[in-house]
Amino acid sequence: MIRYIIRRVLFLFPVLVGVAFCVFTLLYITPGDPARMILGDMATEEAMNRFRQTEGLNDPFLVQFGNYVLKAVTKGDIGRSYVTKRPVMHEIMQAFPSTLKLAAFAMAIAVIVGIPCGILSAIKQYSFFDVITMIFAMIGLSMPVFWLGLLLIILFSVQLKWLPSSGFDTFKSMILPSVALSAQAISMVTRMTRSSMLEVIRADYIRTARSKGQKESVVIWVHALHNALIPVVTICGLQFGALLAGAILTESIFAIPGVGRLMVESIKARDYPVVQGAVLFVAVAFSIVNLLVDLAYAFINPRIKAQYK
Amino acid sequence: MAGSTESARPPGRAKRGPAMEVFFRLKKSPLAMFGLVVLLALVFVAIFADVIAPYSYSKQNLAHMFESSSKQFLLGTDEFGRDILSRLIYGARISLQVGFIAVSIALLAGGMLGAIAGYYGGWIDNAIMRVMDVLLSIPQTLLAIAIAAALGPGLFNLMIAVGVSDAPNYARIVRSSVLSIREMEFIEAAHAVGSSDLRIILKHIIPNSMAPIIVQATLGVAFAILNAAGLSFIGLGIQPPYPEWGAMLSGGRQYIRDYPHLTLYPGLSIMITILALNFLGDGLRDALDPKLKR
Repeated sequence: MIRYIIRRVLFLFPVLVGVAFCVFTLLYITPGDPARMILGDMATEEAMNRFRQTEGLNDPFLVQFGNYVLKAVTKGDIGRSYVTKRPVMHEIMQAFPSTLKLAAFAMAIAVIVGIPCGILSAIKQYSFFDVITMIFAMIGLSMPVFWLGLLLIILFSVQLKWLPSSGFDTFKSMILPSVALSAQAISMVTRMTRSSMLEVIRADYIRTARSKGQKESVVIWVHALHNALIPVVTICGLQFGALLAGAILTESIFAIPGVGRLMVESIKARDYPVVQGAVLFVAVAFSIVNLLVDLAYAFINPRIKAQYK
Repeated sequence: MAGSTESARPPGRAKRGPAMEVFFRLKKSPLAMFGLVVLLALVFVAIFADVIAPYSYSKQNLAHMFESSSKQFLLGTDEFGRDILSRLIYGARISLQVGFIAVSIALLAGGMLGAIAGYYGGWIDNAIMRVMDVLLSIPQTLLAIAIAAALGPGLFNLMIAVGVSDAPNYARIVRSSVLSIREMEFIEAAHAVGSSDLRIILKHIIPNSMAPIIVQATLGVAFAILNAAGLSFIGLGIQPPYPEWGAMLSGGRQYIRDYPHLTLYPGLSIMITILALNFLGDGLRDALDPKLKR
């Protein structure tokens, strides 16, 4: 087991360097002169040349990339914002708690609603409840998060005036964004739970449990659920990444000061170091979540544990 | 494969080709048929937008701003007095175009890489798939945003951003089907009669690995349209005055308190399109699944 964990953690590093490379390349090919962006329109040619020299902007591409990674790893320095002139890391760290909270709330809603719905759908396959749930799950999957967000605002803040349409400081203000963001995740978790439950329910050991006279509720909620949830855990991990990305749109609708809105505003302001830093940051967060999910997966699935004894 | 279906066919039923066989099974799912009908209707609307749309998508009429539904303007008008229905009709053209072309880019780039990786194996496989792993470790929407931000706004850049971010998925699917087919006897036979690698890939491996690719591509078009609308919504996609649905939503956002119909209809169009494609994709998955084949 220890060997498996070490291998997975070591494998994370080349992936992260690869992600950094992609993101760095994208910024590099973006038109625009960083020296001009930072020093402003009034800067002389001489001052810009000096800036390029000290900042290493004249170095070959790979050298620049190497320095970027080195500074990021040793000092946590991923550049400076063109607009605010503050370190990018500082800007992201200020915004990240809101994004994390939003994604975590949405994930919690998805698990609390999705898993029971999926189980009930599977137990009563082809029933009225099952058909309705599956149609709603499909609608949830097809619903653009930005449209659902706007609909919720129209209904709950404009018409009913129950909940605020922006901000993220009080519990009330967190409800609409979390619900809007969770729709797709609820659908995914429901569908996955249902199909995995359907597969498990037909397994031999479930028939054995029933035939030895075990209560039906214990068969479903203990025996079947234990195995059926394994693939659901993987989907939850993948969904968490999708939620981090979906938060970009949700945050700009509900005016939440998170990483997503920071990214969108920076794109509009052509503040590329912040865009680069934010993309990198979310991708790293996604990779770490996936790693944790894989480890948890190995933990709850004895078949994987056995492979790495 | 042909032999087994033939013997399984109940007597008295006419012989069908493989495509008809799939369609026959697809027809049994009402939701999939709903999806297919809606999709065909949308394609029709997109192709004949010039004939169907009552007005031009960019014609402003400042005497008729923010009107709600009426005989003259079926779905009302927007902040410039442009007919919303006409804009939605032209928008179908853009959305479908983005969806299909983005998926074609993804399929061509990803599929090619996946086929090469699966067919040759060894270090080529390793090199290609590790790069794909890196791309897959960035959430797809985020990757599309990053590429679109680097390329700048515009229809073509939008297609590239959405397509490239989707390519690794196809690489994975194609690679795994190639891996399973490569070991089959008829491929060995093709080698024995002296077929070239290219011929084997194009004539034998690709046609036999179509089923999962068709399903992924159908669902992929849905995802591409959704993604593109999202990018346009945050200002990275198609710029005004072009009537992209996501951009229309974004434009109507500031009038949401007084004129919600500006955001209602474009969102509904996106949702129905995606829903239709998802239903069709799900139905196709069941229809093409050999495990369910009678």
